[in-house]
Amino acid sequence: MVNTETKTAISIKGLEKVYPDGFRALHPTHLDIRSGEIFALLGPNGAGKTTLINAVCGIVNVTAGDIEVYGNNITTQYRKARSCIGLVPQELTTDAFETVWNTVSFSRGLFGKPANAGFIETTLKRLSLWDKKDQQIRMLSGGMKRRVMIAKALSHEPQILFLDEPTAGVDVELRKSMWDQVHELRSMGVTIILTTHYIEEAEEMADRVGVINKGELMLVEDKKTLMKKLGKKELVFDLHQPLTDEHEELTAMKVHSAADGLQLIYTYDTLKENNGVADVLDCLNRLHIRYRDLSTRQTSLEEIFVSLVNKK
Amino acid sequence: MNFYAVAAIYKFEMARTYRTLGQSIASPVLSTVLYFVVFGSAIGSRISDIDGINYGAFIVPGLIMLTVLAQSVSNASFGIYFPRFAGTIYEVLSAPMSFIEIVMGYVGAAASKSIIIGLIILATASFFVPLEIRHPVWMITFLVLTSVTFSLLGFIIGIWADGFEKLQLIPLLVITPLAFLGGSFYSINMLPPIWQKISLANPVVYLISGFRWSFFEQSDVRLSVSIGMVLFFLVAGFALTAWIFKTGYRLRN
Ligand SMILES: Nc1ncnc2c1ncn2[C@@H]1O[C@H](COP(=O)(O)OP(=O)(O)OP(=O)(O)O)[C@@H](O)[C@H]1O
Ligand SMILES: [Mg+2]
Repeated sequence: MVNTETKTAISIKGLEKVYPDGFRALHPTHLDIRSGEIFALLGPNGAGKTTLINAVCGIVNVTAGDIEVYGNNITTQYRKARSCIGLVPQELTTDAFETVWNTVSFSRGLFGKPANAGFIETTLKRLSLWDKKDQQIRMLSGGMKRRVMIAKALSHEPQILFLDEPTAGVDVELRKSMWDQVHELRSMGVTIILTTHYIEEAEEMADRVGVINKGELMLVEDKKTLMKKLGKKELVFDLHQPLTDEHEELTAMKVHSAADGLQLIYTYDTLKENNGVADVLDCLNRLHIRYRDLSTRQTSLEEIFVSLVNKK
Repeated sequence: MNFYAVAAIYKFEMARTYRTLGQSIASPVLSTVLYFVVFGSAIGSRISDIDGINYGAFIVPGLIMLTVLAQSVSNASFGIYFPRFAGTIYEVLSAPMSFIEIVMGYVGAAASKSIIIGLIILATASFFVPLEIRHPVWMITFLVLTSVTFSLLGFIIGIWADGFEKLQLIPLLVITPLAFLGGSFYSINMLPPIWQKISLANPVVYLISGFRWSFFEQSDVRLSVSIGMVLFFLVAGFALTAWIFKTGYRLRN
C-alpha cells in the first residue's frame, strides 16, 4: 500500500515519446495529477492521449522524462508504481473464451493480490455483471465487455484508475451510470484519469481538464476556472418577426442573425469590463427590433476546446 | 516475487490446455501409435537390434523427444503470440511483474503440458514394447530440462513472430528437421563419419542421446556433454529473453 495522503498521485516530468518509426507522439510534457481528483484529458484523434497513458502504465517505452506514481519511479520501482494503477484501455481486448469471473480473477492475481471472491463479487455486482459471471466474454455485448474491462481494472483495488475513452460505444443510460460510478470511486478516494472526445463528459465529471493536441499539452486548468476564464457568453434574442434586411450597425457590433432571421445572437466576453450588452440593447431599441424573449448561455467546453485546437 | 501473478498466468494457460484437452492429447498419442505400427512393427521387425536394444524400444526416447520438442515450441509460441495478436498482452505489460515472473508463468505452463504429453506417450509406448527405464530420475530431468528449454525457444519465437505464418515456420523448417536428424530413429554412430561430425552441430542430438541413455545406458555422446549442452541452451534462451524484455523488442513500442 502506498501513502495516498501525498498530494500528488502522478508526477510527469519532461515526458517525451518518439515511436520507433520516428513519429513524435509527445513533446516534452509536464503534468501533475493530484491525489483524489478526476482529471479529464481532452484532445482530438491522434493527440497523444493513449500514448501518455501507456507511458505511465509501462505499455510503451518512454523516450525521455521521469514519471512517478505516489513517489515511485515507474522504471526503477515499477512494482510499487504499477500496483497502484488500474487501466481500462481504449480497445476492447478480452480473452474471448474466458468467463467473466475467471478473467477478473486473473487480473487480480496479475497485480499480486490474493484471491478474494467477496471483493470480485461486489465489483461485478456494482457493474451489473453478476448474472453474467459464468458467461464466456465472447457472448457479451460491447457495452458489457467494456464493463468487464472496468471490472478487471478495479479487481486489484487500485488507487489510480485510467479510463481511456470509457464511454466510447456505450449507450446514454449506461454512460450516465458509469459517470455515477466514477464519482462513487472518487468518493472512495480513487484518483481517476480519463480521456474522452465527449466534452460533456469532461464537463460533467472532471475536476480538472487538460487539453492535448498534436502531442502537446496545451493547457491544464481547474474546470471551473477554465470555463470562467475562457468562457464566453451568448446573448440570444428571439424576435417577433424575422429580420429581413441587414443592419450595418448590428453587423458592426458583431451581432449575427440565426434561425432564418428569427434570432439574433451576440457573443461577448464575460471578463471584459465593457462587454457591450447595453450597447446592443440600445441599438435594438433604436432600430425598433422587437424581441419576445432574451436569454444568455455559457459557451461549453466544446467551444473552448475547438478554439484552442484551431489556434495552433 | 509476485507469486500470485505467476500462478495467474500459469493457471490461465493450463486452463487453455484443459479446454483443448482432447486435441492436445489425442494427436500426439495417435501419431505415436502410427509410428509404432509403421516403424516399430512393420519396418522395425526387419531391423536388427541397435546396440543390443530392440528397435521398437530404441525409438521410444526419440519419439518422446520428437513430440516434446514440437509441443514445447508450439505451445509456448502460441501462448505468448496470441495475447500479442489479440491485444490482451497490455495487461501483463502493465502488471507489477518482472520478466522472470512472466517467463515463469508462460514457459512453465507450456513445459508442463509438454511433460504431461511426454509421459502419456511413454505410457502409450509401453503397450507396444517392453520398456525398462534404468535411470528414472535422469529421465525426468532430461524431460523437464528439454521441455523448459524448448518452451523458452517457443516463447521467443512467439514474441518474434509478426504473423501466424512465421509462428509455424520455425517449427516446420527448423525444429522438425533437427528432431528427425537428431537420432530419433537411429543412432548417429550408424552414420558415415562425416555425417556424425555434422550431426554434432545439431543440438537435438545431445537431448535425444542423454534421454536415451536414461532408458538404456546407451548414448551417442557422453552424458556430461548432453547435460552441459542442455544447460547451455537453457541459459542462452534465458539471456535472449532477458534482452527482449529489457529492450521491449516487439513487446513495447
Ligand atoms: N505504435 C505506434 N507507432 C507509431 N506511431 C504511433 C503508434 N501508436 C500511436 N502512434 C501515433 O501517435 C499519435 C498519438 O496516438 P494516440 O493513440 O496516443 O492518440 P490518442 O490521442 O489516443 O487518439 P484517439 O483519440 O484517436 O484515441 C498518433 O499520431 C498515432 O498515429
Ligand atoms: Mg486513444
